[in-house]
Amino acid sequence: MGRYGLRFVALGYLAALVAFPVALVFWRAFEAGLGEAWASVTTPGALHALWLSVLIACIAVPLNTIFGVLCALAIVRRRFRGHGLVNTVVDLPLALSPVVVGLALILVYGRNGWLGDTLADLGVRVIFALPGMVLATVFISLPFVVREVVPVLREIGDEQEQAASTLGASGWQTFWRITLPAIRWGIAYGVVLTTARTLGEFGAVSVVSGHLAGRTNTLTLHVEERFQSFDPVGTYSASVLLALLAVATLLAMNLFRPKEEEE
Amino acid sequence: MSSVAVASRTPARARRGGGLGLGIASGYLSVIVLIPLATVLLRSTEAGLDGFWRAISNPQAVAALRLTLLVSLAVVAINAVAGTAIAWVLVRDDFRGKTVVNSLIDLPFALPTIIAGLTLLALYGPRGPVGVNVAYTQAGLVMALLFVTLPFVVRTVQPVLLELDAEMEEAARSLGASSQAVFRRIVFPNLLPAILSGAALAFARAIGEFGAVVLISGNQPFRTEVASVYIFGQIESDNVTAAAAVSVVLLGLSLLVLFAIGGVRRWATRHDG
Repeated sequence: MGRYGLRFVALGYLAALVAFPVALVFWRAFEAGLGEAWASVTTPGALHALWLSVLIACIAVPLNTIFGVLCALAIVRRRFRGHGLVNTVVDLPLALSPVVVGLALILVYGRNGWLGDTLADLGVRVIFALPGMVLATVFISLPFVVREVVPVLREIGDEQEQAASTLGASGWQTFWRITLPAIRWGIAYGVVLTTARTLGEFGAVSVVSGHLAGRTNTLTLHVEERFQSFDPVGTYSASVLLALLAVATLLAMNLFRPKEEEE
Repeated sequence: MSSVAVASRTPARARRGGGLGLGIASGYLSVIVLIPLATVLLRSTEAGLDGFWRAISNPQAVAALRLTLLVSLAVVAINAVAGTAIAWVLVRDDFRGKTVVNSLIDLPFALPTIIAGLTLLALYGPRGPVGVNVAYTQAGLVMALLFVTLPFVVRTVQPVLLELDAEMEEAARSLGASSQAVFRRIVFPNLLPAILSGAALAFARAIGEFGAVVLISGNQPFRTEVASVYIFGQIESDNVTAAAAVSVVLLGLSLLVLFAIGGVRRWATRHDG
């Protein structure tokens, strides 16, 4: 197989598997006209789903960013017992089925769960409500900031941090003035990946949401609900909205990646 | 660089400070990940080891687990070959629009999984324009998993191929090796660790995938029901012990894959240490 043959096969595979299907969804969404597509993403159900997705992202992303930086610092700069365990546990959400994550939360916080009944007595609902959906999303999107910041921290070394502390800087000063500026592109890249994963999460959120239309539907659950109710325009236009967010993610990834390599 | 050298350069002070950060990080990790997963483990053996065994040897569960494994292995094999070919084309070939194609590789990562299944149904589903229908078939399952696991091998092989020393290949060629022999003897052994770790990541993703397969598979027990969909069904019918038991099997597989990836990495860098 010559050079052109290989190129043809590789690009053909990509086109058949990714490019054509995604392009068709765009086309289907606007088939009936822009007005109808717009009308179906501005129904109260769709707007509430969008709002809920954004709200969950606004809680999960900052939490995982702060944790990600702390955890990366611990993994790279400190030696402690259980180092290997922490490293493996951080990767676990990447390798684990989202449905298992949802089940785990139900078993802890749901009916007959060992915390669920106590919380229910206090009037706190976790499963089939916002807190459970946030917990599921936080679990699923946990590794990204850690995994992007760890290599950057390894790369920059700790000479500058040592110099700063020799000159009398406190731990906080060293972090804010030396470490944080050096790892900011790694954090930014991690935040982009976390946000994309958060907005796109389906399986884990699906298990803990209870599918209460207009109440616990995120944008991805809304897409499924529209699909099950045989509403192609509603399905495809909400899909396009999510696909556009994915494309924005890709652009942001391309924006941050070269800068990361420059440093 | 050995870890001893790092340790001797790190002053005691830098290591002592920031214990609070480590405490917060491990506390967070315990509350979010460890405690819920430990609960799954505990609840799966609620009815004793017998109950656990009954739950995972239930014929429907066995069929779902077997289908998951077979389909995932097939998908990983296809994408290991296709991913290596795509990485090769992206690194060694030159054509207009290469940047666009390169970004396209990440689309399955960025696109929500439910949309992944939906896009494939739009083109290859019952009302698709190409006249094939993969809805509710095992072929549809394979396609959905090929879609979501596409980037893994490409993204692990690409950087290795970029850094691969072209001089070795030129030397072999000038000594009369055919291009097939160059690939088999020089390029492939260098790429193998990257292909394996990409394939392992893809495998972990494939055995747990839910969003992309749920619309396509039609969830027919014994035919197109994969493990994650089976677990979902057991949760919906309030049979959490059975759901937990099958989850533990998936969890064990995920851990195995993670350890395997660690092993491959150590093997690949054995000469650097």
